[in-house]
Amino acid sequence: MIRADGISVRRGGQTILDDVTLALQPGSFVALVGANGAGKSTLLSVLAGLLRPDAGAILFDGTSIADLDRRLLAQRRAYLPQGPRAEWPISVERLVALGLTPQLPAFGGLPATFAERIDQALRQCDLVARRDQPVTTLSGGELGRAMLARALVGDPDVLIADEPLAGLDPRHAIDAIARLRGIADAGKLVIASIHDLTLAARHATHLAALRDGRLVAFGPMAATLTAALVREVFDVAACVSGSGASAYVDFVASPDQD
Amino acid sequence: MSRAWLATGAILLLLAAAVVASLATGRVWLTPAELIAGISAPKPNLAWLILTELRLPRAILALMVGATLGLSGAVLQGLLRNPLAEPGLLGVSGGAALGAVLAIYFGLSASFALAVPLLGILGAMLAGALTFAFGRGGTLTLILAGAAVSGLTGAGLSLALNFAPSPYAAYEITTWLLGSLSDRDWRQLGVAAPFIVTGWLALATTMRALDALTLGDAQAESLGIDLARTRFLALAGTALAVGAATSVTGAIGFVGLVAPHLVRPVVGHQPSRILLPSALLGAVLLLAADVATRLIPTANELKLGVLTSLVGTPFFFWLVVRLRRTSP
Repeated sequence: MIRADGISVRRGGQTILDDVTLALQPGSFVALVGANGAGKSTLLSVLAGLLRPDAGAILFDGTSIADLDRRLLAQRRAYLPQGPRAEWPISVERLVALGLTPQLPAFGGLPATFAERIDQALRQCDLVARRDQPVTTLSGGELGRAMLARALVGDPDVLIADEPLAGLDPRHAIDAIARLRGIADAGKLVIASIHDLTLAARHATHLAALRDGRLVAFGPMAATLTAALVREVFDVAACVSGSGASAYVDFVASPDQD
Repeated sequence: MSRAWLATGAILLLLAAAVVASLATGRVWLTPAELIAGISAPKPNLAWLILTELRLPRAILALMVGATLGLSGAVLQGLLRNPLAEPGLLGVSGGAALGAVLAIYFGLSASFALAVPLLGILGAMLAGALTFAFGRGGTLTLILAGAAVSGLTGAGLSLALNFAPSPYAAYEITTWLLGSLSDRDWRQLGVAAPFIVTGWLALATTMRALDALTLGDAQAESLGIDLARTRFLALAGTALAVGAATSVTGAIGFVGLVAPHLVRPVVGHQPSRILLPSALLGAVLLLAADVATRLIPTANELKLGVLTSLVGTPFFFWLVVRLRRTSP
């Protein structure tokens, strides 16, 4: 579905991404992990077609993403940046409706047929009771759900989310990541950068790990997530136990860190 | 939905009242009955002449300039997501003023009356192009480039005053800069109107993009919005419409800043919904201010730009106080 071919990004003489190659399939939920500054956000921007790499290409269903019409691309993939927020106190319903922007004609109001899709997105994200509330008065968890509903309302094939769990309490984080898994189970491709390895291990189907701009691991979660990998990616000793719903990753402060 | 349309309807009624007031007020009072009598009586008659030669072009000009300021202010506040954005922010008003002042400075206006608006429009275009050339990278760079261009045109204006060939020229430049609608006729309106209307069209095409920008640059871009194109259209539309308006009337502050804020509590905060009511309210505000300059008895003419600034500044303070209270 999405193929990254030898992606390199350099900025100000520094290499942010170095020859990243990976192929992502529909129906999978890929957790992207890596230390701060490893290049996760940059990779997600490149995969979303929002940032042009200095070398390499992104193929979206076999077509170079740079050649795709920006509106057609916007209809098929949704992107949520880190800490998305609304600049004006519009209602939750209006915010969700903005997700239909690429489907709308250049002028005129919202076609009546879209009302049902907005209702569905609001239901899917438990926001029906909040639909008329100004988004600026929502809590962090509610705003995150509203943004997710905004991303899902256009029924995209691909959802790319940059740290969707940041700032969420445990209950809301579990709720949010389970939702992402549900979207993948419905046949979509979900790619999200995630810092909580235990949550990622329990809910994501695949793991991609970046270190200093290089992709050091990519594969099915159970086979890829090992103590050795965690150590390689984060420079912290860890013990990884169990798999699936009982997976558990704990960091161990070890005296022999270099 | 219905509330926004109700508000728009109410503003339209206000607009009609303001137009009638603008046609009736002046050195010679014309009641609506006299206006109608003047239209139906054999022409030419006094009421007819006053109406068509003086009042009507002035009212239409006030309407178009006010609508331009209200529309451009609403678009720029949406584009820059800054409640203090106003049409002068991007340097085009300064460019228009500098072009017009140069026409006065070099005495072109004495031999050819339309030199002032024409050079003003040219100045606005150049200023807009300069702002875009330096500021197309993003929201912040656009604001900074606009500030730099404003500074440049301000320095040019000071220079023109500094080297004014005579005290009369300096006086003429200063009074022109204060902004006024008096003694404007159909010719000036004819020069400015095509540019103003073209600018309106460019500004109106940004509606969808402004809505999407509620989500910030990154999400708007991910929704298929071409940000560079949106910035260009907003800036070009402002340069055309505000530039042409300023080059005919002189600088008129605060209408573009105030109008969007006044309509938001009623029609909501969705940027595209604000454009039309804000443009209509801008027209009402400018017509009302222009009527007020004719009603307030003063020895010299009370300039329109001075009045809007006097009335607008307290609003600015109110805005600051409210922002301090509501912003996190």
